[in-house]
Amino acid sequence: MSDATLPLRPAGSRAASVGDRFFALAATSAGVLVLVLLSAIILSLFVEGLPSFRAFGLNFLIDTDWDPVQEVFGAGVPIFGTVVTAVLALLLAVPLAFGIAFYLTEIAPAWFRRPVGTAIELLAAVPSIIYGMWGFFVIVPIMGDDVQPFLTDWLGDVPWIGFLFQGAPFGTGILTAALVLAVMIIPFIAATMRDVFNTVPPVFKESAYGLGCTTWEVMRSIVVPYTRASVVGGIMLGLGRALGETMAVTFVIGNTNRIPTSLFGPGNTIASIVALEFPESHTGSLKLSSLLALGFILFVISFIVLAISRLLLRPRSA
Amino acid sequence: MKLVSTALAITLAAFTVGAQAQQITGAGATFPAPVYAKWGEAAKAAIGIELNYQAIGSGGGQNQIINRTVDFGASDAPVDGAKLEQNHLLQFPTVMGAVVPIVNLPGVEANKLKLPSELLADIYLGKITKWNDPRLVEANRDVKLPNVAIAPVYRADGSGTTFVFTSYLSAVSPDWKAQVGAATSVKWAAGNGAKGNDGVAATVKQVRGAIGYVEYAYAKQNKLATTQLRNKAGQFVSPTLAAFTAAADAGDWHNAPNFAVNLIDTAGTEAWPIVSATFILLPKNPVDPERSANVMKFFDFAFKNGDEIATSLDYIALPAGVKDAVRASWHADIRGPGLAAIWK
Repeated sequence: MSDATLPLRPAGSRAASVGDRFFALAATSAGVLVLVLLSAIILSLFVEGLPSFRAFGLNFLIDTDWDPVQEVFGAGVPIFGTVVTAVLALLLAVPLAFGIAFYLTEIAPAWFRRPVGTAIELLAAVPSIIYGMWGFFVIVPIMGDDVQPFLTDWLGDVPWIGFLFQGAPFGTGILTAALVLAVMIIPFIAATMRDVFNTVPPVFKESAYGLGCTTWEVMRSIVVPYTRASVVGGIMLGLGRALGETMAVTFVIGNTNRIPTSLFGPGNTIASIVALEFPESHTGSLKLSSLLALGFILFVISFIVLAISRLLLRPRSA
Repeated sequence: MKLVSTALAITLAAFTVGAQAQQITGAGATFPAPVYAKWGEAAKAAIGIELNYQAIGSGGGQNQIINRTVDFGASDAPVDGAKLEQNHLLQFPTVMGAVVPIVNLPGVEANKLKLPSELLADIYLGKITKWNDPRLVEANRDVKLPNVAIAPVYRADGSGTTFVFTSYLSAVSPDWKAQVGAATSVKWAAGNGAKGNDGVAATVKQVRGAIGYVEYAYAKQNKLATTQLRNKAGQFVSPTLAAFTAAADAGDWHNAPNFAVNLIDTAGTEAWPIVSATFILLPKNPVDPERSANVMKFFDFAFKNGDEIATSLDYIALPAGVKDAVRASWHADIRGPGLAAIWK
């Protein structure tokens, strides 16, 4: 071999190529494992839930009866509770999160952005059981003693919407659950919004300012239209978390298998009913099967929401 | 280096000590978990049997022992005879407990409120909604009942406490039996759910006019306002240890198959009406006879020396005759290889 010939492969190529192949294989199987695990979970939930789907058919989705003594199970109340609390939480959280993101990207002085941003990320890291205890011991008494009686007095007799604000002031219920959930998802939505607002090319904003736009006009006409899809994606991400939240909701929702007629009424969510009923469900019982079927339904709902959020959050093509 | 070898020696020593204590594992009911834990400490010191008990709930305990993943299961609700037979399980009681109503009524002292049993059922059925309902006033001439809405609170998680409480309501109210029934979780007609004894207690404390039900031990240790109940003999009784013992004595232990004695609404004149035993499930054909023998040794020790611990934790100890009957059933039913009795 002459000195002039360059080696086609680096020295020790044989060993390296084995190592490369091994690494590629390991990485591939790690990636595939995720898919296998995911489908295994879906499949086992579905198979275990099958006896319940067989027994109750499609009615399982809308039946509001949950009677362990008579072995009649319906998912109507938990599905209703899950969707209503999550949507209410979004209604409360989105405007606040938008305000936070707007403030952080457009108004806050540069030195102040970092501490507030960090605080938001820390809020997202608080374990949900802490939110649950805080909700139960702090928010529930406030709701029961002050907020709910106040709302009943002021809005309870208003035609059309009055019924939403009636009922015994327990402090727990749909509204309290939505409130605690809102606090929990605000950091997610605010952080996503801030990040996507920052992706707006400065030249767009500068041009608008140059034309004499106010900060609000820049936000409304430049930033929001530019990032609309991503913002909705971030909201869906928050919705995904709100749907699956278990402990915090269990503490404050009142845990009742009836469709609430009032915002103060107690209800149930899929996650909380599964957490509460699971320990006392016997192997092979219809109850256990129904709980696993509920798990499957929650999985499907969350899957759809997350899929939409991914779709909307994908980087915009040029 | 020296540090490492010292650490190693200590670790090894710890292992040897650990190996001397023989471990038994159990899982199930949360209600007796505190007394099992105390018995476990005492037994480890006295007879070298270490109990590893996981309070995962009665249903979980039954599942685990049916799958034989633990040495014994524990359940608050007695398991029915056919299921015991099918899974080759022996059932025996360990201690008893009482369930008591708790209320939050400003101006009404503990154990002053008298609750006729059918009214308690009607409160939980949502038929009586105000504390100054004429029927409640009728029963409580000496108490001034406020015009406050009744807020019933129940256990939202499946629990043996709920099973005992709903068994009582089913026993005293035909309406309850027909509309709701008895189970670890039921279809409640009124009220709010809370998680665990502590959740029920906290909710009752927070809501004016609330009524809930908890284990007596929990009510006593947290100084909750309990009520009187009317028993089968027509007497109003307060929840006291004497009243619970009276209920236990009135039970028909010797004719109950699998010790599944009914202590709900017994006939004794002084008896508290909501008392129940908690049970252990033991395989009749143990995979490991030695471990099974250790489980029996453990409970034998607890029967002999554990009454004081049980009473101090506000449980009710079994009558001596019942303990003997349990030992006799160990001898008769638990068989090792070659069908030899494990408990001699």
